[in-house]
Amino acid sequence: MADTKPQRRVFFRIWDSDVAASFRRSPVAIVSGVVALVIVLAALLAPWIAPTNPYDPSSLNLMDGFTPPMEPNAFTGNTYLMGTDNQGRDVFSTILYGARISLFVGVSAVLLAMALGISAGLVAGYRGGWVDAVLMRVADVQLSFPSILIALLIFGVARGIIPPTQREAMAIWVLIVAIGLSDWVQFARVVRGATMVEKGKEYVQAARVIGVSPLRILIRHILPNVMGPVLVIATISVALAIIAEATLSFLGVGVPPTQPSLGTLIRIGQQFLFSGEWWILLFPALTLLALALSVNMLGDWLRDALNPRLR
Amino acid sequence: MLAYIIRRVVQSVLVMLAVALVAFALFRYVGDPIYAMVGQETSLEDRAALRDALGLNDPFVVQFIRFVGNAVQGEFGISYRLQQPVMELILSRLPATLELALVSGVVAFVFGVAAGVYTALRRRGAISTAIMTVSLIGVSLPTFLIGVLLIWLFAVELQWLPSFGRGETVVLPWGWETGFLTPSGQMSLILPAITLGLYQMTLIMRLVRAEMLEVLRTDYIKFARARGLSNRAVHFGHALKNTMVPVITITGLQLGSIIAFAIITETVFQWPGVGALFINSVRAVDVPVMSAYLVLIALIFVIINLIVDLLYYAVDPRLRIERGGVRH
Amino acid sequence: MTTPLLSVRDLVVEFPSRRGTLRALDGVSFDIAPGEVLGMVGESGAGKSITGAAIIGLIEPPGRIAGGEVWLDGTRIDTLAPEAMRRVRGKRIGMVFQDPLTSLNPLYTIARQLTETIRTHLDLSEKDARLRAVALLDRVGIPAAARRIDDYPHHFSGGMRQRVVIALALAAEPELVIADEPTTALDVSVQAQIIDLLKEICAERGAAVMLITHDMGVIAETADRVAVLYAGRMAELGPVRDVILHAHHPYTRGLMGSIPTLDHAADRLVQIPGAMPRLDAIPQGCAFNPRCTQAIARCRVERPALRPVAPNHAAACWLADDAEPAHG
Repeated sequence: MADTKPQRRVFFRIWDSDVAASFRRSPVAIVSGVVALVIVLAALLAPWIAPTNPYDPSSLNLMDGFTPPMEPNAFTGNTYLMGTDNQGRDVFSTILYGARISLFVGVSAVLLAMALGISAGLVAGYRGGWVDAVLMRVADVQLSFPSILIALLIFGVARGIIPPTQREAMAIWVLIVAIGLSDWVQFARVVRGATMVEKGKEYVQAARVIGVSPLRILIRHILPNVMGPVLVIATISVALAIIAEATLSFLGVGVPPTQPSLGTLIRIGQQFLFSGEWWILLFPALTLLALALSVNMLGDWLRDALNPRLR
Repeated sequence: MLAYIIRRVVQSVLVMLAVALVAFALFRYVGDPIYAMVGQETSLEDRAALRDALGLNDPFVVQFIRFVGNAVQGEFGISYRLQQPVMELILSRLPATLELALVSGVVAFVFGVAAGVYTALRRRGAISTAIMTVSLIGVSLPTFLIGVLLIWLFAVELQWLPSFGRGETVVLPWGWETGFLTPSGQMSLILPAITLGLYQMTLIMRLVRAEMLEVLRTDYIKFARARGLSNRAVHFGHALKNTMVPVITITGLQLGSIIAFAIITETVFQWPGVGALFINSVRAVDVPVMSAYLVLIALIFVIINLIVDLLYYAVDPRLRIERGGVRH
Repeated sequence: MTTPLLSVRDLVVEFPSRRGTLRALDGVSFDIAPGEVLGMVGESGAGKSITGAAIIGLIEPPGRIAGGEVWLDGTRIDTLAPEAMRRVRGKRIGMVFQDPLTSLNPLYTIARQLTETIRTHLDLSEKDARLRAVALLDRVGIPAAARRIDDYPHHFSGGMRQRVVIALALAAEPELVIADEPTTALDVSVQAQIIDLLKEICAERGAAVMLITHDMGVIAETADRVAVLYAGRMAELGPVRDVILHAHHPYTRGLMGSIPTLDHAADRLVQIPGAMPRLDAIPQGCAFNPRCTQAIARCRVERPALRPVAPNHAAACWLADDAEPAHG
């Protein structure tokens, strides 16, 4: 690892100066960072901070159903911060657990998209020729379709292949694959562009001449140079993936109701809009909004901070 | 010019063939076409006979050519779920989706361009700042949530507008079922159209704003001002037209997205269009409908792309001789 | 000197920036007589173009005129309302920009851009405006003007486009033409033609010219008087011949060194060592003192004012009085 050290030091030097300073200067970034951090921590720590475990049937009391927020229930006298749903589940707890699933799916999908996109981009950029042509043609065609449509198709195909008995158990993984596969193109494009630039530089030529393996060149030399833009795209992609997951779950093709994400909660809450139980919908909706918005803003800020010229 | 059009049409056909290949693979290998056609009690021999009769044992290429041949004639088989010809199903629901997409597309374009121009010209105004802030939320807000919140506000709380369906429709002589002609049809259109158009509107607005700011910095705008042209002539005669060149491209592509995003809006508002049909088919793994929808959407995209290219050509005189797509 | 056509007094232009306000122009004064050609020289960033922009009231915000006055034929124009100023631009002061490739709107024909300018300022019918436009194009040397008028800018070469730009600047018979580096972006072979055309056509119409350039050679051949700017301040101002032969400011002498002449063909061109200071780091005293080979102690402390050194000739240098003028 000795020869990666200078790059690391460079990374930290940038971090210490410009990016961190720009973060301290930007109120939007600070607020977004705090909001995102609070939601992420709350989601991670859900089992410890949630007042109830909403998916433990023994803890549920149907008499608690439809309790409005901050008002004692007429039968049981229990009070809930954000009220309860039709089955007496504490909305606040379902949100904590729901955010956990939303974040898990969102982050996993982006990691998958990143892995796919970076590999495709590196190979396409480094090899060039027909590999590049084919990969980029596929990317072009995919990019001209909205990713939600791609995700739905992949989801539909997966459902067709997976036997019905296992569909529910596999749902969350299918979702991750569907969103991940629908989102690799941007990573591939950026990495490919940067790879083609780096490839022409002398140090890479020199490494090639002395017989360093292409894989080693890609990972050691080219990859670190493209991490900046990749990080920006990844951050914005997480926001998009969380929204995509919520959308799919809302459409009823995402995670099953036994493991509800924020999107599923909104889908459930929508059913009670007309009967006046607004809180079942509103609080998950606000959480989703705060999460998506704050991550999005962080991504925007990061893009500006890492490359002021992009704006 | 003609050579250019021909080349673009050939490209479009190739894209359609690629999509057809995916649709065919979907149709042929996801699930079993026989399974859906026959009852549980059908014997293995009968199934094999049927398989042979349907040509499912033919070579891949033969089957694919047959699939394309059928698709060109609008023949996509029978829906597993509804036991109706797929094309009939789609055609009966297409007017609902197209009317919705048309209205939201027009709304998004008109308001998007207007707001974009306004915020570019009054960059530091309070209204511009407000519009930009709202648009940021608009971009981050998922479509389905916009729909749900609109229903809550306008249908539940205020009770001004219906929350689902198309209202009363009228069947036009050529079989087109329209909601444009009845008051309830028009009322029903408002919320879904806003929901579907809002995201595209913010997108168009931001694009127009960015392009306009860029154009306002160019030399020919400075020169137009130096020639003493009125602000109106500079902004709307010179700047806007130059802004529209890239905007047309993106907006055209967005039209395709509107039709795809209609899936979500139609689900939220129980709008009886192709999007809702598609989502129900995905849930039920109704493969013929899925693959037909894929081909249909691709066709719409390809046609829109073609139109956008030609429009581009009409707006920008530079492309008429030295075409190659490089601007400036 | 007769009543000046244009009179600029103590003009100050400031650009607020994060690190405080930058003075792009600091107390610049000069006159232009009717029909006169005033050359304005200096290195990039000396404030030549900003002077031009300030006169026609087109300083890009957040920059602003922070002090001084601009008078055009007895009317103060720097304080005019935007609409009144707009009527001055193009009508009374024409402008020619540096890059003809970007000065014309690529999406409109030459005819449209010309008639639009003509009709903004003159009460002519579309048909008469077009006739006038053809005559103008013919005058600036566009072959087959009547036919080519309907071409788009990209159909013309750089030199031809600059001719079109000159036609546009002169469309409404202005009394003053500000030409901002009109030949810098052109091919060397056509530079002289364009300068000659500009001079000729302005002389013929009695229009004065403010010719902004960094090319002392062009000034020597074209201008009646010359103004030398350095770091936003006037360094020297006087008749071309006097300034060239008896430059009083060391900076002007440095610039003279950059004209290749036949009798000095063997000499290497003299370069002024160093670079002009950035606007946020203008030294105390004379702005030129760090680069000046003759600087004395006073130059580093006290800023020299522009004062007469000969009839109609002024320089801002402490040494100007006693120094024996160097020969160019």
